[in-house]
Amino acid sequence: MKARPVNLLGRVYLGLVLVFLYVPILVMAAMSFNSSQFYMLPIDWSFDWYVKLAHNDRLLEAARNSILVALVTTVIASVLGTAASIAFFRYDFRFKKVLQAALFPPIAIPWLITGTAMLLFFFWSGIGRGLHAMILGHVALALPYVIIVVSARIKGFDPDLEAAARSLGASPWQVIRHVTLPYLAPGFIAGALFAFAVSFDQFVISYFLSVPGVSTLPVEIYTAIKKGFTPEINAISTIVIVFSITLLVIVSRFYRFGGDR
Amino acid sequence: MAVSDTTTAPIRRHRPSNARSILGLTGPAYLWLVITILLPLAAMFYFSFLSDVPLPGRDWQVTLSNYTAFFQQDFYRTLMLRSLRLGFEVALWCFVIGFPCAYVLAKTIKGRWREALFLMVIIPFWSNALIRVFSWTMVLRGNGILERFLDWLIPGFGSLNLMFTYEAVVIGLVHSYLPYMILTCYISLSTIDDDLIDAARSMGASRLTVLRRIILPLSMPGIVAGAVLIFVPVIGSFMEPRILGGREGTFLGTVIEDQFTSVFNWPLGAALSFILLACVMVIFAVFQPILRRAS
Repeated sequence: MKARPVNLLGRVYLGLVLVFLYVPILVMAAMSFNSSQFYMLPIDWSFDWYVKLAHNDRLLEAARNSILVALVTTVIASVLGTAASIAFFRYDFRFKKVLQAALFPPIAIPWLITGTAMLLFFFWSGIGRGLHAMILGHVALALPYVIIVVSARIKGFDPDLEAAARSLGASPWQVIRHVTLPYLAPGFIAGALFAFAVSFDQFVISYFLSVPGVSTLPVEIYTAIKKGFTPEINAISTIVIVFSITLLVIVSRFYRFGGDR
Repeated sequence: MAVSDTTTAPIRRHRPSNARSILGLTGPAYLWLVITILLPLAAMFYFSFLSDVPLPGRDWQVTLSNYTAFFQQDFYRTLMLRSLRLGFEVALWCFVIGFPCAYVLAKTIKGRWREALFLMVIIPFWSNALIRVFSWTMVLRGNGILERFLDWLIPGFGSLNLMFTYEAVVIGLVHSYLPYMILTCYISLSTIDDDLIDAARSMGASRLTVLRRIILPLSMPGIVAGAVLIFVPVIGSFMEPRILGGREGTFLGTVIEDQFTSVFNWPLGAALSFILLACVMVIFAVFQPILRRAS
């Protein structure tokens, strides 16, 4: 209680940091409603750029691709990731530590390196580029997150529950279906949402694996920025950022960022 | 739990069907990682020793010239130093700004507010990085939001010309990676027992002494983890320097991108990528003990 003035100062500081973190995004959102093309102030409020956006086939096509890639990535990564998490929890085996350590590179190596390596290998091996190549890459990036999130949930699982179900005559499949999976559900959902967010916001990997005419939203936005962008980019960016922040707030209902608080 | 572990685990381990279950459950995920991470990196390593892309109709041979180019030409050395300096500066600024912020969150705010504020700090980090960098162009550009604000605050302030400078790249990257530092510092700060701080204070230690002798040493794992996790992606960044740095934004990352997307010298790009990867691995190896402690 004695430290009141210091505490107040701390709160003001925290507020300033939040201003730093959010102001650019808010400015962009405000400008997406400004009908002036040269960002004149005061803002002339209108939905012009959103209307224009609705007729921009390139961006809409890219948005559809983004959602498609993210959905497929989510399904594959959450199924494969959950299976691996169950194995890590249920069994002790010699290579467990190695396999767990192998999840580190996709997260830790700069995406520039993984992205260019994928471009080179996929092109050379005949896998090629395009949406299927992006899905290959996105799943690899999303898998570690799914495994980490699902494993965090699985840790609290009591194996006696499975044993009890078995002793009551449940088949192995029934045990998984009626005991293990329902318990895992929140972790599974959080992992799936994470996978979706990782894929939907992924730019670097998609950028190197895109072919002209087949790209995702971030790639299309980057191309537009480099070319000298149009204010429609503000509009689509605002939609994307609102969408991904909403998604993450939902994830936070299922998963505590940064462990127990 | 402990009892059931000791009674069931040994039995499970000796069942022959377990090996099949383990393979069935982990196999698909790891096969995927082999195809998308391991093989591409191996292919890139191979490419980095070639003179041209090994495709039918191309004339290529094995060579070291991609690596010798890096070590013999001043251009690449300057580039490397520039990228390392950028990584260092961004990590430092993130610490300077983020550490006090993490301290306020961990030690002076309690309950629901802490949770809500913590989430507010973390969420931008998970949202689209490209868009967050792009949003700075509207703030930093000539006659943009920042200049107008300063002009309103101090009439006749003039212009800053921040856009397309080294500083703009630093600002954008600090904005991108600051939540990382806040997160890692917050985690290690929240493990420090408040009684320890109170005890030191009651025995007459000044706030500065407490900070220097107790808080900073005990939160060092978090600080180092944050710095490493920021430094590594920053030295491999290319999109942020392109958008905010313009012609001033030439770093190792942008030169690698060029090799793959506009110059089409893939072997040179592969060699530069591997040199970058070597730097990353050295950093992780050096800080491994502290990183392990932090996690």
